[in-house]
Amino acid sequence: MNTYDLVIIGGGPAGLAAAASAKENGIEHILILERDKELGGILNQCIHNGFGLHTFKEELTGPEYASRFIKKVKNLQIPYKLNTMVMDVSPDKTVTAMNRTDGMFQIQAKAIILAMGCRERARGALNIPGYRPAGIFSAGTAQRLVNIEGYMPGKEVVILGSGDIGLIMARRMTLEGAKVKVVAELMPYSGGLKRNIVQCLNDFDIPLKLSHTVVDIEGKKRVEAVTIAEVGPDKKPIPGTEERYTCDTLLLSCGLIPENELSKNAGILLNPVTSGPVVSDNLETNIEGIFACGNVLHVHDVVDYVSEEAASAGKNAASYIKNGKKNSKKTVTIYPTDGVRYTVPSSIHPEEMADSLTVRFRVGDVYKNCTIATYFDNELISKKKRPVMAPGEMEEIRLEKDILNSYPHLSTITIKIEEA
Amino acid sequence: MEKKELTCIGCPLGCSITVTLEQGEVTNVTGNTCKRGDIYARKEVTNPTRIVTSSVKVTGGTSAMVSVKTKEDIPKSKIFDCTAALKDVTVTAPVKIGDIILENAAGTGIPFIATKNVDAAG
Repeated sequence: MNTYDLVIIGGGPAGLAAAASAKENGIEHILILERDKELGGILNQCIHNGFGLHTFKEELTGPEYASRFIKKVKNLQIPYKLNTMVMDVSPDKTVTAMNRTDGMFQIQAKAIILAMGCRERARGALNIPGYRPAGIFSAGTAQRLVNIEGYMPGKEVVILGSGDIGLIMARRMTLEGAKVKVVAELMPYSGGLKRNIVQCLNDFDIPLKLSHTVVDIEGKKRVEAVTIAEVGPDKKPIPGTEERYTCDTLLLSCGLIPENELSKNAGILLNPVTSGPVVSDNLETNIEGIFACGNVLHVHDVVDYVSEEAASAGKNAASYIKNGKKNSKKTVTIYPTDGVRYTVPSSIHPEEMADSLTVRFRVGDVYKNCTIATYFDNELISKKKRPVMAPGEMEEIRLEKDILNSYPHLSTITIKIEEA
Repeated sequence: MEKKELTCIGCPLGCSITVTLEQGEVTNVTGNTCKRGDIYARKEVTNPTRIVTSSVKVTGGTSAMVSVKTKEDIPKSKIFDCTAALKDVTVTAPVKIGDIILENAAGTGIPFIATKNVDAAG
């Protein structure tokens, strides 16, 4: 069996940044396993601009952002295998994978970084009534068809869900000559970034109908029409509000789910809110030496933060490979409540934590003029004012090591939303 | 005096910006959290612009398509003209990031450039 210090599963933005960081932190024997025919992951089909302002101080397209990290990984001479599917990860860190050149093979790793990304919620998970004709695509599939394969999925389009990919595809399909008739969103707010509402819908006068869902799909061979209806507070359609749109295509942009089949089989504990692994401040899962970062951990809206998180995972894995497991005497639990749905990480080892730790989370509703309050046990430590918070936009707070360690008996950090 | 409410598209923060105009001249910009927001707001109420991204066919390459963008932002009113100008463009691999794909897109004076490396096949 081949042995490596570090195996990284996934060669998208998370895997690339994690690999580069591990190498820069002194790890020599690294292998990236990627199932696609090229590195870069989903960024390759995200041809729109708006990436990298945080990292590179310039506005890049997805492929350009990916190319910066691909170049870095190539310059650092980190080996990678393409067209390679990982079949299994075991708790003792044996990775089983296969490709057409090597067949089935196993690798023993000292540490593993999970960077598999996420996938789209499909029609089967949405319980949409109606026929099952051709012409129903996830927004990401349509994005791949248009931008990479060079095919147009349809001419008259209805989009269900206002996630960022749906918004981006509303613009993309319009620019390629399609008529996007409406974007329907079940929730009373959009799941996408505000900037995408402006530049993808408003710029092209595409209506966004909040609190609406699809109640019927017509057509036996190909989609012929889609009926949407308004929903009440119980998310159930209100009779009499139906509107029928003739169209040949329905795109679904109804959420992303971390892709954790491998993690589950390895016995990694998952957080039911994020569907990603539960991790401590060093991004390590409940299995020693297995780390997670990027969209497999929790779905991000900004790739810059994926790269940042992945670089930490790479650094922490490097430290584990060189020094073994740290014997943490103390663990502080982070408790999300009152509008804070989850946090990553969900626990902290105050003695070993980084000098400054970013805790990321999402809120469960739209909040205006509120504050993010942080409590050390029962003592209010900080308040961060936020004019607007929404589920579609990730929030963060920073925790400083020296402040945490000045509370020797600290057991729980509570993060919640309070009125300003 | 006229006030316009905008959402900045400069970065994912999406700041809510208020622009005050007097006789078509911008007199005040508030709500932005960086210089980019100020520039965006002033442009948006006088001469709105956008970067246009698309993809064009490649022959002899490892991919069927190569992604492209306007090298700089172009007037918002020219977005459709710019994408239409790409309709019949085909390039031959290899293509490198930054290669000019189409000069002077729709008379804007701005070229479309490649945003992805596509190697020659084989």
